Amino acid sequence: MLEAKNISVWFGNRSVIDNVSLELEPGQIMVLLGPNGAGKTTLLRALNGTVGIKGGTIELDGKPLSKLSRREIARQIAVVAQENETKFPITVIEFVLAGRFTHGAAFGWESADDIRAAENALKLCDLDEYGGRVMNELSGGERQRVVLARALAAEAKVLLLDEPTANLDLAHQALMFRLVRDRSRNAGASAIVITHDLNLASEFADHVVLLKDGKVYASGPTNGVLTKENIAEVYGVQVLLDSNPASGKVRVTTVY
Amino acid sequence: MQNRHILSWFVLIVSLLLALLLAVSLGSERLPIFDLSDSQAAIFFDIRFPRVLLGACVGASLATAGASLQALLRNPLAEPYLLGVSNGAALGTMIAFVFFEQFVFARPLLAFAGAGLATFTVYQMARSRAGMNVERLVLSGVIVTTFLSSIIVLLTSLLDAARLRGFTFWLLGDLSQSTMNGFYMTLAGVVIGTIVLTSQARPLNLMMIGERDAMDFGVEVGRVRMIVFGMASLLVGTAVAASGSVGYVGLIVPHLVRLAIGSDNRLVIPFSAIAGAIFVVLADTVARTAIAPRELPVGAITALIGAPLFIYLLKRS
Repeated sequence: MLEAKNISVWFGNRSVIDNVSLELEPGQIMVLLGPNGAGKTTLLRALNGTVGIKGGTIELDGKPLSKLSRREIARQIAVVAQENETKFPITVIEFVLAGRFTHGAAFGWESADDIRAAENALKLCDLDEYGGRVMNELSGGERQRVVLARALAAEAKVLLLDEPTANLDLAHQALMFRLVRDRSRNAGASAIVITHDLNLASEFADHVVLLKDGKVYASGPTNGVLTKENIAEVYGVQVLLDSNPASGKVRVTTVY
Repeated sequence: MQNRHILSWFVLIVSLLLALLLAVSLGSERLPIFDLSDSQAAIFFDIRFPRVLLGACVGASLATAGASLQALLRNPLAEPYLLGVSNGAALGTMIAFVFFEQFVFARPLLAFAGAGLATFTVYQMARSRAGMNVERLVLSGVIVTTFLSSIIVLLTSLLDAARLRGFTFWLLGDLSQSTMNGFYMTLAGVVIGTIVLTSQARPLNLMMIGERDAMDFGVEVGRVRMIVFGMASLLVGTAVAASGSVGYVGLIVPHLVRLAIGSDNRLVIPFSAIAGAIFVVLADTVARTAIAPRELPVGAITALIGAPLFIYLLKRS
């Protein structure tokens, strides 16, 4: 569905992503892990073509990304990025409707379908009554959920999420990961998620990619990647591993 | 969603017609417009009517350009006059005026080119790797404006005294030299510009949130930017060639429109066009009548309202 082969990204004369390959399958949830500056966000940006690659190829459904228009890419890939503040009083529903840009014509008004999709996405993100509120007046966590709702409203097959839970409380972290998992189980939609929470990664990932200095350090199913040795090598932290009694998945505890 | 704005359209269009009616009646001589004598008809058709119509087009041009530049640059302080775009157009007009006076189209063409160059320069100066912040944009505008002003001042030394006075007035924004030709030229600019920019309103809604967000959700950001810069330059170029730099219209009008109906550019851009027309027509009526029979440049009136609003907006952001 989305496949990167040997891609590299340079910022000026600094190599940020070095010869990375990955393949996202339909319905798969892939988690990108790695310390700050490992190149996670840049890799995510390269995968939807908003950061240029120097070498290698990226293919979406077998077609090279470089041959597709922004519109064609956005129809398939929706992004949950770190939100930046706007100086204009944009309402929540207007913000979420931006996710419907690739549906229908590029000018004119949203259809009833678009509005239904946006309202539905808000409901999924526990934002039922928020449509008329102004973005700048929301808390960080509420805004983050609006950003997620916008990506869900796009109804794309691939979701790219950059630290989607960074500002969320415990209940909404769980809600957000359940939403992504339900989409993959029920609709065959896949997702690539950047997070620093190794336990959330372990619970929800089908496949984990551990990045270090712009290179893939380890890649595969959770059990094989989240090992004491790998974590010590990449993060420089000692951890204890056991299994979560509720799910049986690997549980990571930091040794301070 | 569209239906509830029909009332707003209606109110705006009726207000525009009333403003036009008021403006053609008032002036150094009050005209009973439904019962004109021959000499009054001459004043009406040769002087007052072209002036009022041109004022409407200039207002619409500047407000539309302001509204779309603000959405594009994600900054409610972006304004053709403050960004130096108007001064670019003024310099172009001046060059045409001094060197190519016999060639009719030189003024709007060079004004357009000057506006485009100034826009591009300010954009390049304000952009940095970290993006574009308010201070950088406003400062770049100030620098370009003062630089262009100094060239304009140098060029004025080539003018004789009589032309100099007319030119100084024009530079401040002045509608007293209006002709029907100027009106047609500005009308063409405003019709093309407003339609094209309104067609880009939905992508602009996304870009107002953020350029990166807009790219993520399917906007060809580079193309929209080129179209907006091009059309804003066309609008400002034709407006300035006809009437000089009328300042702050592009700041005041979109701000009021957004207060009334929100931030959706599909409404903000066309509504700004009509509201801008109303605003300049009324401002020019004040300019013509406040100290009649003498006149003020309309740009002085708009700046009197605009500068305090700018300070308020800057404080708030």
